[in-house]
Amino acid sequence: MSAPQRTRADRWFRVQHRAAPYLFVAPFVLLFLTFGLWPIVKSLSLSMYATSGPKDQVFVGAANFRFLLGDPDFRVAAANTAVFAFWSVFVQLPLALGLALLLSRSWLRGREFLRLVFFSPNLLGQVFVGVLFSVLFVPQYGLLNNALHGLTEPLHRYLSFIPVVELDTKWLANPALVMPALVLTSLWMYVGFNMIYFLAALQAVDQDLYEAATVDGANGLQQFIAVTLPGIRPVAVFVLITSTIGSFQLFELPYIMLGNGPGPNKAGLTIVMYLYQMGFVTGDLGYASAVGWTLALGLLVISLAQMRITGAFRSNTE
Amino acid sequence: MRPTVATRVLRAIVYVGLGLLAALTLTPLLWLVAAATKGPDDLFHYTFFAPRGTWANYQELFEVFKAVKSVNFLRCGINSVFVACTTVLVQLFFSSLAGFALAKYSFRGKKQLTVLMLSTMLIPGQVVMAPLYELIYRMGLVDSYLGLVVPGAVSVFGIFLFRQSITQMPDELLDAARMDGCTEFRTYWDIVMPVSRPMVGAFCLISFMGAWNSFLWPQIILHNSARFTLPIALNQLVGIYQQQYGTLMAGTLVSILPVVVLFMLLQREFVAGLTAGAVKG
Repeated sequence: MSAPQRTRADRWFRVQHRAAPYLFVAPFVLLFLTFGLWPIVKSLSLSMYATSGPKDQVFVGAANFRFLLGDPDFRVAAANTAVFAFWSVFVQLPLALGLALLLSRSWLRGREFLRLVFFSPNLLGQVFVGVLFSVLFVPQYGLLNNALHGLTEPLHRYLSFIPVVELDTKWLANPALVMPALVLTSLWMYVGFNMIYFLAALQAVDQDLYEAATVDGANGLQQFIAVTLPGIRPVAVFVLITSTIGSFQLFELPYIMLGNGPGPNKAGLTIVMYLYQMGFVTGDLGYASAVGWTLALGLLVISLAQMRITGAFRSNTE
Repeated sequence: MRPTVATRVLRAIVYVGLGLLAALTLTPLLWLVAAATKGPDDLFHYTFFAPRGTWANYQELFEVFKAVKSVNFLRCGINSVFVACTTVLVQLFFSSLAGFALAKYSFRGKKQLTVLMLSTMLIPGQVVMAPLYELIYRMGLVDSYLGLVVPGAVSVFGIFLFRQSITQMPDELLDAARMDGCTEFRTYWDIVMPVSRPMVGAFCLISFMGAWNSFLWPQIILHNSARFTLPIALNQLVGIYQQQYGTLMAGTLVSILPVVVLFMLLQREFVAGLTAGAVKG
């Protein structure tokens, strides 16, 4: 230990040990500050400018936000996005939970296979799903109309309250049907994805609690309310919030399915599509930033409300 | 205990229901595969596969598309592979390194950094789209691969994923490596990374899918069709081949195949990684 080279090596070893964490986070911090934090700060100031492309900028103060709140197009976009988010949350999540409950039964065979099948649509990006479904939705010849027509026509003969789906139903050209088409497509895409989260949460619920509940004479529904729901609450809240945020960022699916536009009567115009059009087609980056911040603030309020309602702040042990 | 008759009937119903739902889920995918093999006359004449398949759609896709609109679909596929792989490697390296530092070291500014990262995670990416474009424009990186990859080079999500899994690694393991004279980087490279292999697999797939399916940012950044990635190229294809569904389906199928193959390879790790943050979080 007394040899001088040895102590020098020791010193170097200690120095590299102490410097290591700083060096390890350095590349991240550098990139994060440049491409993560700086644009966020910058977008706050940019949202107060009227711009034309990245070069011309004029300070306009809060005018962007004032214009935004009075802009009928933004209202349409916000309403469409909210409707889509509503259906995503209230149809998709219960379905995903239901599937997860069924797939977590121990007597069910082929669980792994079914999980894989239900998850598989999520491998496709929204652009690819958009192209595929725009063909499935084709009037007259498309698979969906033919299947629905073939199904509803004989049913209608016996049960007249069931409407017949006509072969030339124009899903993507009829303003009233654009949103159902989008919801249907996103159901296909994301039910299996959310199911994976619920499945993992269900597996983490303490099985002894079920036995105790059975001993106490609780039936299936009572067990679900008293054991399952509290057990999966943290994950359920996580899924609820992330899928709400995801739905509010809807862009590619309608953009592709409606031929790179908002669709008939702007029935498929979403907030992010509006942001993209104003910022990168019209070229007003300042206005786009204002749209972005409005979206961010709206999402913050919604997320906080969801956390309050679902009791995410309560501790899980009470 | 043998299940009662009522239970067995109920189970049969569940099997049938799940079977139908599974078939319903797979139908669009099966139709996609079939449609890509059919000529225009057979496309809607046969619901799924026609008795005689054709390669004409692929010929159209790779040869005619290039000639008519000078968008080289093969080239776009190579671009996509290049961009996605670069993104994965860069993100993997930076995220795991920073995640390791956050998990196993105490250093000045660690807490502030964590809070800062968490709070930016709450802000949707579209907020920064405009200033990011302005920044990339000023750096002269518009219409370049660098402009495509660099803004997404760090993944805050990835850092938390790695911090999570590395925290659970026993400290003795790392200390033993240091006793043997490993530098901190060697410890990371030879111990931490091999031990967190499942998380590496999961992250690679998540990050690859994110880069592969990305549309909005490439759409904003890329102008020259020689640099298009597949989602951009496919969108162009839709504009040109509006009624030639077979060619569109062939293009879609080619575009999703790499992700499907990668998923098959990394399936187990993927599900574990996807849910790790949510369940343990």
